[in-house]
Amino acid sequence: MNTIRKELVIIGGGPAGLAAGIAAREAGVEDLVILEREHEAGGILRQCIHNGFGLHRYGEELTGPEYAARDIAKAEELGLDIRCDTTVLSVDGDRRVTCVSRTDGLQIYEAGAIILAMGCRERPRGALGTPGTRCAGVYTAGAAQKFVNLEGLMPGKRVVILGSGDIGLIMARRMTLQGAKVLACVELMPYSSGLNRNIVQCLQDYDIPLYLSHTVTDIRGRERLEAVTVMEVDAKRRPIPGTEQVFECDTLLLSVGLIPENELSQRAGVELSPLTSGAVVDDTLQTSVPGVFACGNVLHVHDLVDFVSDESFRAGRAAADYLKGQAPKGGTLAVRDGEGVRGVVPQKLHPDQDVTLMFRPAGVYKNASVVVEADGKEMARKRAMIFTPGEMVALPLKAEKLAGVTGDITVRMEVR
Amino acid sequence: MQTYTDILIIGAGVVGCALARELSLRCAADVLVAERACDVAEGASKANSGIVHAGFDAKPGTEKARLNVMGARMYPAVCAELGVPYKQIGALVVAFDEADRSTIEKLLEQGEANGVPGLRIVEHDELMKMEPNLNPAAVCALEAPTSGIVSPYELVYALADHAALNGAEFLFDTEVQGLIPTAEGWRAVTADGDILCRCVVNCAGIGSAVLHNQVSDRKVELVARRGQYDVLDHPEQPPFTRTMFQCPTKMGKGVLVSPTVHGNVLLGPTAEDIPDGRDVSTTAEGLANVAEKVKLTWPGMSLRTAVTNFSGIRAHEVNGDFIVGKAAPHCWEAVGFESPGLTSSPALAAEMAQEIIASEGFGPKEKIVPPQPKGKPFNEMTPEEQAEAVARDPMNGQLICRCEVVTEAEIRAAIRRPVGARTVDGVKRRCRAGMGRCQGGFCAPRVVEILAEELGLPMTAITKGGGESRMLVGEI
Amino acid sequence: MEERVITCINCPMGCRMTVCLENGEVVSVSGNTCKRGDTYARQEVTAPVRMVTAVVPVQGSLMPVSVKTREPIPKKDIPACMAALHGLHLQAPIKAGDTVLPDACGSGVDVIATKSV
Repeated sequence: MNTIRKELVIIGGGPAGLAAGIAAREAGVEDLVILEREHEAGGILRQCIHNGFGLHRYGEELTGPEYAARDIAKAEELGLDIRCDTTVLSVDGDRRVTCVSRTDGLQIYEAGAIILAMGCRERPRGALGTPGTRCAGVYTAGAAQKFVNLEGLMPGKRVVILGSGDIGLIMARRMTLQGAKVLACVELMPYSSGLNRNIVQCLQDYDIPLYLSHTVTDIRGRERLEAVTVMEVDAKRRPIPGTEQVFECDTLLLSVGLIPENELSQRAGVELSPLTSGAVVDDTLQTSVPGVFACGNVLHVHDLVDFVSDESFRAGRAAADYLKGQAPKGGTLAVRDGEGVRGVVPQKLHPDQDVTLMFRPAGVYKNASVVVEADGKEMARKRAMIFTPGEMVALPLKAEKLAGVTGDITVRMEVR
Repeated sequence: MQTYTDILIIGAGVVGCALARELSLRCAADVLVAERACDVAEGASKANSGIVHAGFDAKPGTEKARLNVMGARMYPAVCAELGVPYKQIGALVVAFDEADRSTIEKLLEQGEANGVPGLRIVEHDELMKMEPNLNPAAVCALEAPTSGIVSPYELVYALADHAALNGAEFLFDTEVQGLIPTAEGWRAVTADGDILCRCVVNCAGIGSAVLHNQVSDRKVELVARRGQYDVLDHPEQPPFTRTMFQCPTKMGKGVLVSPTVHGNVLLGPTAEDIPDGRDVSTTAEGLANVAEKVKLTWPGMSLRTAVTNFSGIRAHEVNGDFIVGKAAPHCWEAVGFESPGLTSSPALAAEMAQEIIASEGFGPKEKIVPPQPKGKPFNEMTPEEQAEAVARDPMNGQLICRCEVVTEAEIRAAIRRPVGARTVDGVKRRCRAGMGRCQGGFCAPRVVEILAEELGLPMTAITKGGGESRMLVGEI
Repeated sequence: MEERVITCINCPMGCRMTVCLENGEVVSVSGNTCKRGDTYARQEVTAPVRMVTAVVPVQGSLMPVSVKTREPIPKKDIPACMAALHGLHLQAPIKAGDTVLPDACGSGVDVIATKSV
């Protein structure tokens, strides 16, 4: 067993890990390594072959592989050490990272700082508790996407999609273009969390019906999937008897939510937020374990990769500051979710630093404002015609606004 | 096609495989196991509570009582020899009112009559100290320290492997439809031709009654009694350290909450008599029923960390006991082998093997091959052992299943075992790839690829669980 | 006069817009909240365009190559474009940016690789 000292260890070589690594190197961290469990860097972008990435960051619409390639090229130019096919087995509170690979065997990195950038995973069928048989043909949308886009293999021919998140919508179009028949997209909520663009261009373009306030209540098929039962749900999301519709299909794709992959963080003793399922962090993206930072979808599930990159650049710079002993000092203020707001990140902040607060609205709010308050006074406000849970809200807050604040900061939605 | 064998075993569940192993170790006869599914342990043996029962449930004097107590005693040694995960964690049957108390007092009496060691009744205060997450409404409980947990399908895989190492053969996707007596023994009719044998053993699980009624005048009737379960992800701290039973009902042992040998939490089962003995679907009502009943034992239960749900079919004989022994000349059987069938199987297999050999006059085995246990899972190794494992085989350095920490070497080994995995589910149950919280979302594509490579098949030919359960329908 | 109802894709508002056409010419757009909606509606009903992305198997590579139209193509040409991609026989190596199908179904737009294999 090999023990290696490293200034900075970054876990995950997707868009978050790459951006964090680039920023840390540019901020002067020479001795860093990125550990990536897949055969190539790029993370989930590798299988997201559709376009629409990078509008904020580059002002153009790139495909997933193209977006990833730019960061990989930059990382190569900077000479970053990216170890692929390397799986991290554990992280402990003393910043020891144990990882394994075919070529290097079991290695332990003793890190000055760690950036957690492991991304997220999809909620599987088991988490929904959908009854029925355990036949073949039930996949998460991401698993199906991997089969189609990375392996060139079709998981099915007649498809029902549960969940109208963007991955589900994108896969509806993808399967259709490859010759499958997509019968329906079924959404539990009364609204879709996907972008309107995807609803139009992935469903409407191909006459795929979207059933809002519906869910799959039974999965049938002894060997391969044969049919699913779809039912309408009431306001409490309970199926309404008598609304059963049976769709004969060989494939059910699940796009029912993403969960930050925090098993490593948990074992390292990192405090997690039940609202985001990610780490509790301060404005430097530092977790409750000193020297351990988190960014990207492992911290909270983002809507756009551009924001992942942006957040991860900040994490990289913050880790560099920490290693140089330049991290902000002093106490922090707590940031709390107010009405209509779910999972504000960061949860703590230093009042002498500029910060961007990010969160998802708890529902759909039209003609509303996001209000930031502390000590009974308003510090920031952002108005919009619409806020939806599918779109993250980013709210910059200047340090000068925070001067003199002593109490908790609350972020809430205000509907006039 | 016509096949000949000395001994034909119908059904590759825990009974069939335990018997195949005993016979292949003890006698020189050819042993052939015919199984209608694509793998061993595809019926009730893979979908049950995985409990090695102490033996207080069955009425004294029944086959269930006798074989249960004998089997439970054999478990530690059998599992140690075969390298199967087994833990004697003990069990509590909890009483929630005075009527329950009289039930557990009866169980205590029954258990003592059956010869179960260490039984005692634990009163409320001590009980709550033993299991702090238990519903404080609990009055008292019967403690059975010899109750254990086992990975039921891993036991069957190990039994089958050991049998195969000693010459037993397995014929999958082969359903025996009928048994016809011949001058030399029996003719078993299958869709792919007949199997001729000197003697036959019917341990076809839920399908065993049909075969029994073909060979015997004493007709039996099996009821398919379905049990539905929920499985929770492994928690940091298990809610209970023992298997927690509620008081038994006339339909079975009631709903339990138990840790599994792999650290998950098992909740269930229901008990519903259903018309189709192959219907292993779960239902909304059934799962709701499990959740509701579990809350009596564990008020703090949450399904937030559920990873999957499943159901299994108990082959319940209407008179309630096992039907074991000789059914006709040269024909043995284990019919109605519901709970405690898993616990009883080693005892039954040993006993029946002896009978068959004596009765048929098979000669002794000359050379016995010891079992080849699969070894410690990578996930359970110390870092030093992991380092050594990768040094020995670099494929141990390639993680495939991130949730359960399963390496490529382990997946390939699961496929290369004597009775190896041929399906995604077969891999999953043999080495746990895909058993975790993402349920194969990340690793299934890779597992399909490895299966295709190992079996020399295109990826599109790989199935989830045999038959037409293909994972993929074609290329783009 | 023809009326068409479409959903705006510019923002999460997703305005339901009604477009009135006469002889293929847009006469009016209503239901939009902002100017962007009007522009989108006029384009969408008269000459809708889409980007097409797909993957194509490559001889000599285990992985298919991901591709895209360099620019959006007329929506009606999507099936023909997919059919043309289906008929391609590509050979490794291919570099990101390489044209794999020039002038996709007469649209004047090339299909290019978005990764290297």
